[in-house]
Amino acid sequence: MHIGVLITHVRAEEKLLLTALRDQGVDLDVLPDRDLLFDLSAGPEQLSSVGRAWQDYDLVLERCVSTSRGLFALAVLDSWGVRTLNSYRTATICADKARCSLAFADAGLPQPRTLLSFEARTTLGAIESLGYPAVLKPVTGSWGRLLARVNDADAAEALIEHRQTLGSYNHHVYYSQEMVDKPGRDIRAFVIGERTVCAIYRTSPHWITNTARGGVASNCPVTPELDNLCQRAAAAVGGGLLAIDVLESPDGGLLLNEINHTMEFRNSSAPTGVDIPAEVAAYVLSQASVPA
Amino acid sequence: MPGTVCPVCDAALVIPADVMENELIACIDCGSELEIICLDPLQLELAPEVEEDWGE
Repeated sequence: MHIGVLITHVRAEEKLLLTALRDQGVDLDVLPDRDLLFDLSAGPEQLSSVGRAWQDYDLVLERCVSTSRGLFALAVLDSWGVRTLNSYRTATICADKARCSLAFADAGLPQPRTLLSFEARTTLGAIESLGYPAVLKPVTGSWGRLLARVNDADAAEALIEHRQTLGSYNHHVYYSQEMVDKPGRDIRAFVIGERTVCAIYRTSPHWITNTARGGVASNCPVTPELDNLCQRAAAAVGGGLLAIDVLESPDGGLLLNEINHTMEFRNSSAPTGVDIPAEVAAYVLSQASVPA
Repeated sequence: MPGTVCPVCDAALVIPADVMENELIACIDCGSELEIICLDPLQLELAPEVEEDWGE
């Protein structure tokens, strides 16, 4: 069995995953995205950077920290019929907050009210209709970067002007969301295949609770309600290896925030007691063994 | 694993025995993020800056 692992570089997560896969006796090729060179006019018989034909991989695990490189690589491999985790479809939906919100809506899943607009006038109207405070996010982005809590109309006008003037075209797409008055924490649940293997609370005095921004991880019990919501959310984006961010609303309900398709978990195994890299490695092997 | 020096501040670095190619490590003196480019011979570089599309 040959497994390829696409990386940008080896962070704590990749080191844990590579070790877990090697512990299971897997023949691994580590494939840095800086070395990728695809001939789009040819097919999967061409060689990867380590000299193996792409068609000879039983599965390629995509772990690029560079979202764009990961997505393009998955597009190529998907076109060639090379099995990947996650799938190109899942990755493209999760990498785009607007498409992820659409997938939740299509599946009838609960989420904060979310509006999409392209111009300053309509965006200001969108934020006004959500009420203050509202949240403005880039459609692509991670680690809590460039999220804005918009407290009033003055802030909204300034943020929109800055994005129009200083931002690339990506920042001229406005994803505005109802601010959920969460209890100083959110929930991150880890879905591997058809199992919600564990979840953490991310607690912070700041309204942004990402662990990359200082949120503290602690164990969150996987209740039947949380498990059901996460399974339905995972199915809505095509399933795979997913980290699902969930908000607790003041009325006690759960709302889906977003799904991450190259999940980080370095802070999550200890509080949950679940060996996440071992779980991922076992799932990778199970999927690589499925007949094509 | 043989030691080497930080390419930014020249401090002596302690390289973990289980280090991997392309692994990120931090210089404990200056805090720079460094990437192991090659294990044999040991080479490391300043890690690339975070780009806008980086994330999970």
